[in-house]
Amino acid sequence: MTDRRDALMQLFSAKGSKVNTNRGQEYYDNLAKTMEARLNELEKTPAANKISIDGILENEGLSRRDFMKWASAACAMLMLPPTFTPMVAKAAELMNRVPVIWIELQDCAGNSEAILRSDAPTIDELILETISLEFNETLMAAAGHAAEEHLDEAMKTFKGKYLCVVEGSIPMAMDGYYGTIGASGETFKEHLLRVAKDSAAVVAVGTCATFGGVPAAAPNPTAAVGVQDIVKGKAIINIPACPANPANITGTILHYVLSGQVPELDHLNRPKFAFGYRIHDNCERRAHFDAGEFVEEWGDDGAKNNFCLYKMGCKGPMTFNNCSVVKYNSGTSWPVGAGHGCIGCSEPDFWDKYAQERPMADTRFKAPTGGVEKTVDEFGLGLLTAAGIGIGIHAAISAVAGKSEEQ
Amino acid sequence: MSKKHIIVDPITRIEGHLRVEAVIDEETNTIVDAFASSTMFRGIETILKGRDPRDAGMLAMRICGVCTGTHYQRSIEAVENAFNVTIPKNARIVRNLLQGALYLHDHTVHFYHLHALDWVDITSALKADPKLAAQEAFKWSDNPYMVGEGDLKTIQERVAKFVKQGRLGLFANAYWGNKHYKLSPEQNLIAVAHYLQALDIQRDASKMMAIFGGKMPHPQSIVVGGVTCVQDIQNQARIAQFKSLLNKHNNFIKRAYLADVLMAGTVYADEALDGTGGGLKNFMSFGDFKLDDTGFYGAKQLFPEGIVMNGDLSKLHPLDQSKITEDVTHAWYKGKTNLHPYEGVTDPEYTGLEKKEDGHAYLKTDEKYSWIKSPLYDDERMEVGPLARIVVGLAAKDENIVKYATKFLTKLGKTLGLGKPAPASVIFSTVGRTAARAIETELMADVMMDWVDELAANVASGDLSTWTEFDFDTVSKDAKGFGMAEAPRGGLGHWVVIKDGKIENYQAVVPSTWNAAPRDYKGRMGAYEAALIGTKVADPEQPLEILRTIHSFDPCIACAVHIVDTKGRKLSEFKVNTSCSI
Repeated sequence: MTDRRDALMQLFSAKGSKVNTNRGQEYYDNLAKTMEARLNELEKTPAANKISIDGILENEGLSRRDFMKWASAACAMLMLPPTFTPMVAKAAELMNRVPVIWIELQDCAGNSEAILRSDAPTIDELILETISLEFNETLMAAAGHAAEEHLDEAMKTFKGKYLCVVEGSIPMAMDGYYGTIGASGETFKEHLLRVAKDSAAVVAVGTCATFGGVPAAAPNPTAAVGVQDIVKGKAIINIPACPANPANITGTILHYVLSGQVPELDHLNRPKFAFGYRIHDNCERRAHFDAGEFVEEWGDDGAKNNFCLYKMGCKGPMTFNNCSVVKYNSGTSWPVGAGHGCIGCSEPDFWDKYAQERPMADTRFKAPTGGVEKTVDEFGLGLLTAAGIGIGIHAAISAVAGKSEEQ
Repeated sequence: MSKKHIIVDPITRIEGHLRVEAVIDEETNTIVDAFASSTMFRGIETILKGRDPRDAGMLAMRICGVCTGTHYQRSIEAVENAFNVTIPKNARIVRNLLQGALYLHDHTVHFYHLHALDWVDITSALKADPKLAAQEAFKWSDNPYMVGEGDLKTIQERVAKFVKQGRLGLFANAYWGNKHYKLSPEQNLIAVAHYLQALDIQRDASKMMAIFGGKMPHPQSIVVGGVTCVQDIQNQARIAQFKSLLNKHNNFIKRAYLADVLMAGTVYADEALDGTGGGLKNFMSFGDFKLDDTGFYGAKQLFPEGIVMNGDLSKLHPLDQSKITEDVTHAWYKGKTNLHPYEGVTDPEYTGLEKKEDGHAYLKTDEKYSWIKSPLYDDERMEVGPLARIVVGLAAKDENIVKYATKFLTKLGKTLGLGKPAPASVIFSTVGRTAARAIETELMADVMMDWVDELAANVASGDLSTWTEFDFDTVSKDAKGFGMAEAPRGGLGHWVVIKDGKIENYQAVVPSTWNAAPRDYKGRMGAYEAALIGTKVADPEQPLEILRTIHSFDPCIACAVHIVDTKGRKLSEFKVNTSCSI
């Protein structure tokens, strides 16, 4: 765990990182004040579930020190200076006061499965248990009318206070009847609007809930859309990827507990702590890209030597996500680690733009830069020389995001 | 006789969106009629059309996030079958290990986190005496898994604290206290302990798949022609890590999972013996886990393929994929087609639910009532899944399956005091379906250890080949193929037609299509529906028994719903919102 924390700290405190990790003393002082006020306020509110972190640590045979280590790693992940560690720890202890209602729409349950594997920091599991998860179809004991009653009761009890987590897209065709739930046959759209209405904020997890994902891939037979297309007047946080990395889901909830606010978001409403840089920026195979060493076909000598997967269709240069840092399943591996290119799964419309085993230049799809049917080498060369088309995209997106921040 | 018509929607602790309606005879509290309906539709097969067949697997995998990776393999296999590409030995073993790891993870999560609460009353565990419970555990295992008096006391206190809060979160408003919960407080406590411990165990199990797959859910290391994780198979540390995780999981399966299933099987033996939840009794297995490198569908397999009719274990019928058809009489699609997947024609035709005065919307069961079609094999309804694999294995006299099943039945005979193994007929029940899953989990964990060694030995001998080359332009001109094997939930087939380098037609017939399907054109029930008939419920307001039987199939509903349109007609007439992308 220590290695992991150090690695994260190193990454987020590195000079020249594209993410703004140092915003000056004044900014952090103000942030600290807001957070303190928030935590004090939370401490006073009645608990949804009074289990203390200490009790849990004891039951799980973990030490207070393990917990503080985790808090320190979580702090680094949220891009806060180390002085915030005690506050993060406190937030984790108070997390039991935030009720969460998790609904599933046009989904494959992949995100519910992902949160089950909530990875290192391993204590995430405990936090999952300690937040008051009031409703989650995949795991809850109750069914049918009893489940519906409980949902209504939780929404009433925690009116205006619960986080509404949404997994899956919303079919808009045929008046929404491509998806119904409950004895009354409520459409997914009605269900979402009803549950989102009295929530404190809506967290869309996975690319289906954020951008429509698989069901919205061409030709989008059910006219599926993401949460932000139909829920208005609510804070919406998008945590895309297929499935979303559980570390990013718990990180976002933690941030909410800490500050009572949604974390800083990019132009696609994604938290910057997770989606502020590209897969490519921190890729373990990056040196091979820079050296022009590529895998040319599956299983070749390049593959045996971990060469860059760009020519095998890796979309790491176009994709904003922290997979190359956080990885999956307790840091066990990630797609590029297993020798397959990134498919851009945290980007809008990735099934139609990025999810193929060939580079942008060799695909039927249009490259986002407008460059089509260039040869791979030309395209790759462009990236290499100008410090890149991909980097150009990044710059353009950052510029847009910067503007919206100023406003 | 007065009848009560009940709705259970949502059926929770499953993948996907499922509704069950049942008609209960109020004098005998017996289920006399039942209907299963899927209430969600995505259209993934339509989306697959026109794409590059090499990319199909990645998208097809998103059919399901629970049996993740299995659709990926079937889709890739269908394309390999069409291209006539045989993968290298390393790739075959890696794929077996990926899918084997999925079985271990999936079955464990299913039993503890999706199914156990139908047998186990958490609130009753609070009344248990931890000391007696620790002794009780030795009745079910010679070496019980982490349920000593101290362990159980700690867990009981933790649960007690949780219950006292008044906010039960995920455990709120369930049917606790229902008299069809039959375990003693001590037995409940043992199961609750393992429920919590399994949360940890499953996280580790998922790492097995991540080692060769990059991540789980939705791994990303399989390509048409082989696998990409060449650097993981040549790394001895990775192999050792896999073996260590496998050992850990195998330990849990033997000492906790099998013991708990034996315990539940013994306590609920009356239901197993009278065949509650038996259902169709027609079983089909496509066979899976290729054990040698013979080309398509010629290899010896861990799970044999075949068909057993009417529970007759003495007769194994051969499987012929051309006899599979799909019927849409009671599914929300146009027409009454009964065609093979290569030729199927489907157009959505949603006819809705019927609102009644009580505010509920009921299925129009005389008409169409589900997004799931009704597949038939040789014009017969079939059940697929772990029970079908064990039944077919027994009928095929497969050495492994006979051995592991006999072991379990012998133990059950002993705990029931029969003086001989329990009769094989007990498996034709809800309890049996759950036991079959545990039996094959143990088998899987044992054989996987041999496969890891086989992989390590092959790599050590100098074979690092992970991909078979093919000339895409030549092979993709005009081809069709199928990938048929066994997902954790049962027989899964993907059929693909390829023309000029693009997918012209695609269809998946998945396990839950077989099991969760509505009635067919002859009015015959699907496997879920048939299994519910005759079940006694303790309290019609608390349909615990319905959950128990439905969960014993391990529903995976998003998988089951799909669409294909061979005529290339767009579904645009169903769009009411033009803002959809592309």
